[in-house]
Amino acid sequence: MKRYSAFAVAREAFRQHTGWTRAWGRAEPKARYDVIVVGAGGHGLATAYYLGKNFGITNVAVIEKGWLGGGNTGRNTTIIRSNYLQDPSAAIYEKSRSLYETMSQDLNYNVMFSPRGVMMLAQTQHEIRGYQRTAHANSLQGVTTEFITPERVKELCPIMNIDGPRYPVLGALWQARGGTARHDAVAWGYARACSDMGMDIIQQCEVTGVQTSDGRVTGVTTTRGDIQCDKLAMVVAGHASVLAQKAGFQLPIESVALQALVSEPIKPCMDVVVMANTVHGYLSQSDKGEMVIGGGTDGYNNYTQRGSFHHIEETVRALVETFPIVGRLKMLRQWGGIVDVTGDRSPILSKTPVDGIFVNCGWGTGGFKAIPGSGWAMAELVAKGHSPLTEEFSMFRFRQGKFIDESVAAGVAH
Amino acid sequence: MLILHCPYCGRDVDETDLHPGGEAHLKRVGPDADAEAFEQYLFMRENPKGVHFERWRHAYGCGKWFLAARNTATLQVYGTYSAQTTEPPHDIMNAIKEAQA
Ligand SMILES: Cc1cc2nc3c(=O)[nH]c(=O)nc-3n(C[C@H](O)[C@H](O)[C@H](O)COP(=O)(O)OP(=O)(O)OC[C@H]3O[C@@H](n4cnc5c(N)ncnc54)[C@H](O)[C@@H]3O)c2cc1C
Ligand SMILES: [Zn+2]
Repeated sequence: MKRYSAFAVAREAFRQHTGWTRAWGRAEPKARYDVIVVGAGGHGLATAYYLGKNFGITNVAVIEKGWLGGGNTGRNTTIIRSNYLQDPSAAIYEKSRSLYETMSQDLNYNVMFSPRGVMMLAQTQHEIRGYQRTAHANSLQGVTTEFITPERVKELCPIMNIDGPRYPVLGALWQARGGTARHDAVAWGYARACSDMGMDIIQQCEVTGVQTSDGRVTGVTTTRGDIQCDKLAMVVAGHASVLAQKAGFQLPIESVALQALVSEPIKPCMDVVVMANTVHGYLSQSDKGEMVIGGGTDGYNNYTQRGSFHHIEETVRALVETFPIVGRLKMLRQWGGIVDVTGDRSPILSKTPVDGIFVNCGWGTGGFKAIPGSGWAMAELVAKGHSPLTEEFSMFRFRQGKFIDESVAAGVAH
Repeated sequence: MLILHCPYCGRDVDETDLHPGGEAHLKRVGPDADAEAFEQYLFMRENPKGVHFERWRHAYGCGKWFLAARNTATLQVYGTYSAQTTEPPHDIMNAIKEAQA
């Protein structure tokens, strides 16, 4: 792999950019791998990356039915934060956020991590109490957040109308080191690093069956033939239930559409991320100047990556009071992704009823922020069979009543 | 926009007047059922990519629950039917068969 650097840019400028090489190789499936990861989204690629980096396991294939990063990883609004309520969540989300701080250097790939600060508005008394509680929990967990006043909110985000008649801003939970990153770059950076370690990233290849023998995985059937493996990591987000069914088990997951939209680009007017959970909307400005807007999920099961228009309408309607400026903007694009939602709004990183199969899913509306931490933890789980970061996120926790209730922290999609 | 026929009102209803209620025909378990049965009832879901039987409530109308057969991969609606059933009726099953033929 040729390293990217200022020197490389200068060198290439002098020779008509003829010296750049492919970021990752085009791979043909081999007959057998130590580990097969299904799904080349951020979580699957990060799992493969840390298998190689932390455990020296590099006979790995990442199999993707479409193109890498074409699932939710390339469709999200890129909010990164770790201000969750429960201890197991704080541990994995903060691990993840801290890995984002050094990801560009680690991968030698600019993922444009921008810790511009994330605020979650309190617009009801109930939310004030909820977020104050989260701020206290975060300080015990070693996650730096604070509850700030409406005046400070206005200072940080002057375009906001804090005394809206219906939902005035009463304060906010502020995480100064939260922010955004370039979603595609995260997938591409991991793919390049995996390929460099000799792993195969096989695109346009769908896993259509899972082979087992005596309760243990032996391989997968794909649209490009059978491939054997010792271990199988299923990291397919919205399609988790479909793949699990092929391996003979069921998951506590429902797949629903989540939509987002961007406005036409405008001059810089907002350098923080704002989430307004009561009215179900959130907003940030991209580097290109578009206002990036997201809201809540649709209510019904859906695999079409297409949502209902009235959700877009509701989201924008909600934001207009708090951000009057959006009322004048034209919508540029709108899209949807299929998110995998669990009963307690927390993910699943777990062994499964089949030996050698591990599942990573349930990140639902908020897993972009978790990509590096989830990959780190999942790699340990796959390599060693257990990981301190995944212990509480077992798929069997629902049977035991050990929920990790994040319905407040994840009450709105992000 | 999704439009479903409310079998009680006999009217076609816009999605904005409806409230989704998830998988239909779940068997409610009794107080002495074991943990696994409760897990099945409360959390485990078919979540198929294809035909899905599901509950809807005509929230801004008659207020009643009814059931629908819908395809989650194509958004095709095969029909709606009364919630007072333990399994999808024949005409719905036939409509599904016909559509898939
Ligand atoms: C509109 C929207 C906004 C969001 N906003 C945020 C946000 O602001 N912050 C945040 O943290 N999170 C956000 N999320 C959630 C986040 O995008 C996801 O949680 C995260 O990207 C999931 O990554 P993944 O790698 O698990 O899944 P994906 O990126 O979806 O990757 C899974 C891959 O598996 C492949 N696959 C599926 N089945 C098979 C098969 N049988 N064989 C081979 N390959 C298969 C798919 O093609 C896909 O590429 C948002 C999501 C959406 C849709
Ligand atoms: Zn009705």
